[in-house]
This record gives sequence, C-alpha cells and structure tokens, in this order.
Amino acid sequence: MDSSGLGVRRAVGFVAPALVLIGIFLVFPALWTLYIGITNYQLTGPAAANPQVVGLDNLVEAVRDPLFTNSLWLTALFVLFSAVIGQNVLGFLLAWLLRSVSPWLRRTTEGLVLLSWILPSTVVAFLWFAVLSRDTGTLGLLLGQPETSWLVQYPMTSLIIFNIWRGTAFSMLLYTSALAAVPPSQLETARLVGASGWQTVRDVVFPHIRGHVLTNTLLISLWTANDFTPFLLTSGGPNHQSEVLPVLIYRQALEGGQLGYASAMSMLLLLGNLAIALVYLRLLRRRA
Amino acid sequence: MAGITVEDLSTVYPNGVRAVDALDLEIADGELFALLGPSGCGKTTLLRTIAGLEGATDGAVAIGDRDVTRLQPGERRVAMVFQDYALFPHMTVSENIAYPLRVRGVAKSVQQETAVRTAEGLSLGALLDRRPGQLSGGQQQRAALARAVAASAEVLLLDEPLSNLDARLRLEARTFLKRLQRELALTTVFVTHDQAEALALADRIAVMDAGRIRQLGTPREVFQRPADTFVANFIGSTPMNLVPRGSQIIGVRPEYLSPAAEGLFTGVVSIVENLGVTSLVTLDCGEDQIGYVVPEDDEPAIGTTVTVDAPPARVLRYDKETGQLVR
Repeated sequence: MDSSGLGVRRAVGFVAPALVLIGIFLVFPALWTLYIGITNYQLTGPAAANPQVVGLDNLVEAVRDPLFTNSLWLTALFVLFSAVIGQNVLGFLLAWLLRSVSPWLRRTTEGLVLLSWILPSTVVAFLWFAVLSRDTGTLGLLLGQPETSWLVQYPMTSLIIFNIWRGTAFSMLLYTSALAAVPPSQLETARLVGASGWQTVRDVVFPHIRGHVLTNTLLISLWTANDFTPFLLTSGGPNHQSEVLPVLIYRQALEGGQLGYASAMSMLLLLGNLAIALVYLRLLRRRA
Repeated sequence: MAGITVEDLSTVYPNGVRAVDALDLEIADGELFALLGPSGCGKTTLLRTIAGLEGATDGAVAIGDRDVTRLQPGERRVAMVFQDYALFPHMTVSENIAYPLRVRGVAKSVQQETAVRTAEGLSLGALLDRRPGQLSGGQQQRAALARAVAASAEVLLLDEPLSNLDARLRLEARTFLKRLQRELALTTVFVTHDQAEALALADRIAVMDAGRIRQLGTPREVFQRPADTFVANFIGSTPMNLVPRGSQIIGVRPEYLSPAAEGLFTGVVSIVENLGVTSLVTLDCGEDQIGYVVPEDDEPAIGTTVTVDAPPARVLRYDKETGQLVR
C-alpha cells in the first residue's frame, strides 16, 4: 500500500511532526493520568515527593465514595436533561420551525442562538451571574422575586437550563443541514395526504435524519459529560448539590490535593464516556 | 370525481415573479389534461397552486363545486405524483401505497387490503415487500401512481410524469398511463415540456408561456392550427416553417410539404437528415430555410433545385406584428 509513491520512509517523515505533537500533548498526559491514578500522588506533603503505587485502591475508594456516586448521578441528570433532551429537542424544533419563516427572522434567530455558543465560557458565566444572582439579578427583578438566589436554591435546574441555552446552537446547525437533505417532494407528499406536523416528522423526516440524530446525541452527550463550565457558575455547591464529575475531579485534585485519587475518578469518567460512545456506535451500525 | 375550475388565478413569488398571471381555465370531469410549455412558463406553478402547495395571490381554484383556494393541500382531495416519485425510501411498496390511509387512521387490515388491491391493478402485486430502492424506474413510477390512487382523491396531478424514464420505457409508461386514466376516469392534469408527450396523452392541451395560456385545444387543433407563432414553433417534432411574406408570416409544417411542379417555395437542397421512416430535407430559398419531409428512399440529391407545395388548408398565415393566426 503505497498509493502516493512516496516510499515508507518519506511518508513517515511527513506525518512525524504531527505524531510528535499528538504524543506530547495528548497521549503522554493521558497515560500519565492513568499512571498517577494508581498512585497516592498528592499536591503537597510526603506523597508529593515520594508517591507510592497503590494499585486499584483509588478506584475502589471512588466507587464507595458517596461524593462520587452523588456526582455520577448529577452528571447523568445533567447529560440527560440538558443535552439528550434539552439541546436535542430544542435544536431540532428551532431548525424545523425556522425553515418556514421569513429569511430575516431566520437569520436573526440563528445569529442570536449562535452567539450563546461562540462566547467564551467565562463571559457567559458572568452574564448568567448577572441574570440569576440574588437581589440585583435580572430574572429575580423581572419575576418580582429579587430575594431568590437561583444558583443556590435551584443549582442543578439552573445548570441544566444554562447548558441548554449554551449548547442548542450546535444541534440547531446540525439539524438545519440534515433537514436540507430531506427531499422536498417527500415532505409535500405528506402534506398532500394531510399528514400532521408530528406525522410528517415521524414518518418522513426522522427516517432520513436518524444518523444525524445519533451523531448529534453522541457528540453533545460527551461534551456535556466533560463540561467544566458548571464550576464557573456554582463551583459544585451548595453542599455538592451541583457537583458534576468534572467539577468533583477538579476540586479533589486542586482543592483537596488528591491528585492520584482524582486521576482515578477521571479514568472512571473516561470509561463512562467510552460506554456511551459504544452504545451509539452500535445503534448507528444497526441502522446501516 | 370532479372537474377543476381556475378563475383569474395569479401566483406571485416573494421575489416578485408572476409565475401564473390572471389565468382562467376549465378542466372537465374525467379529462386527461396537459399543461405544456417551455421551462419557466408557469406550468408547474399552476399545478402546484391547484394542489395547494403554492398559495394563490389572486383569483380562485375550485374542485367540483368546492372552492379550495384557501384550503390546505391535505383538505383538497388531490393526489400528486412528483417528478422524482417521492416514494419514502424506508417504507416498503405496500407501506408507501397505504400511507394516505395510515395518516387518516384507517384500520391496519383495511390499509393492507387497499395496498394489495391497488398494487394488483398496477401490476405491482409481486413487489409489495420491496423497498423503493430495489425497484426499476418504471416500477417506482407505478408505485407512486398506486399511492396516489389509494388516496382516493378527486383529482390526480402529475408533474413531468415521464421525464425520469429512459426513452424506451417512456413509450411503455405513456401507454400505461393513458390506459390507467381511462379505467379510473379520474380527472388528471399533467405537466410536461415535451410536446410529443402532450399530443400523445392528452384529451386537451393548454400551451403556456409567461404565466398565461397561449392556446387551449385538443391535440389535433393545437397541432393543425397553432393560434400564434409561439405555439407554431413549440408544437411538432420538426419545427414549423415560418416565412415572412409582406405583412404576414406563412406557416407550413414540414410534414405537409411535398415536391410539386410549382408551389410555395423553391430552393436548393442543402441538408438531408434521416429520421427513420422519413427524412427531413432542408432547402435554401434565399434568406429562408425551408424544411420538408420525404418518405425513406425518396431523398433528393444535395444541390438539386426543388419546388414544394402544400394543400391550401395546411397553409397558415400569421400577422407579422402580433404573431396571431390570421387564417
């Protein structure tokens, strides 16, 4: 197999720089995390100077740790309600409804939705503080309840709504292009036989975009499971009520100094992601 | 069963194009009607406006005695077959045919029964469990027709029904379509840019240009006496000879011209084109080129001088200014 006629040595020469970069910045840190996950490595103290290998102790401890199981449950809720349901459904609805409105309204809406996606997390988190905070928050003032501190009283709900707001743009864009691939004559055939909007989506649109739905759900699930922006809004509080896994791992590692233990947890998060990906790939293959 | 009445109908697109322009048309119950014209003449828009897929800007559409102008497509009781057939690729032929019934919530057993019966009628009986991707072009077309028939609509609309088939299949499908329409006696309107297709299939033809009807008549009327030079040019597989003479334009079909001792045109044979059973001969007559058709093995030699004439009834005269038929 040498279709370009370069010869193996020169071909390797061409890809080597990229491989070196990937090795340094991706493969090495990943393997390093795996390694320190089986040690008692800490940020400070004797275990920072001389970490000991403790085998699978960290993993066992994590699975038994109520903080970890709480966090796992919160992450599952976060992914399910903000990504799989929230972003997916809202993104599809926007894409579906925007097809039939006038171009200026479509472009304006798309622009606004995209804006929430392209702004940096820190800026966005700051904006949401302004909306949700106590006493002076915009939402509280609008509802006439300035004493409500949304991020403290309803931390998970706030995070879920925030993440829907933040991530819907991607689903909308993906579904907009997917819908463009549905032949108009098939949609019109459905209209002519009197199919309702729901029947049209179920019988005509969905079978065409099934692959897109699965791909989109996979991507937004993984992004949401790994999302660190919740830390900027609630820092996992109050009292661990919004401590999704990336936040827990960060706090364990850098606030608690338990680098080994946190690495073991991120390995578990990685395994979870892998499981999600495998399920989706299986579904995709069944379609083909 | 119902006829279609179109009254003072205009369809204007958001970009300002008047695709259908103050058009009146009456299509009789059970008629097989052709909308014929070059691309961009508004024929497809007219069909889609009848279906309700485009909104009428002005005027009215009635099916039978129901004014459907403001009704949704699904409430008009029309069925339509699209140029690409628009079969649902993920459903079997049987599911496709039964789809109109499924939408209405008809019982599964009735759906199945209707699918089988309709498919039998269109010789699709053996293909009920196939998917559209496993069918030939002609079979796909019949499946789409079957779905339209199963909708038990009052009006059948066909958008370029034969254009996606190859030449041989097209003839077969044309005969099939005409027979099916006769059997169902269903008011049918089809759109085509192919004049031969319109002449062969239709009971009546409307020749359209720029959103208006140029001529409305039976295939014979439209072929023999085109109402103006536009129609004269458009109809006929060999173009009509249109020769200016004074304030008029003389129009004669190449098929009606034959060599004579003296006659309308005299010229030198410049080109002979073989059409199979006949040949098309082109004469250079000064500035004009005259075509006429001769039987096979009767072609004149290139360079010879020939005089051609036509029966007086076949010679048409058009006004040079307006292009309208004078006599």
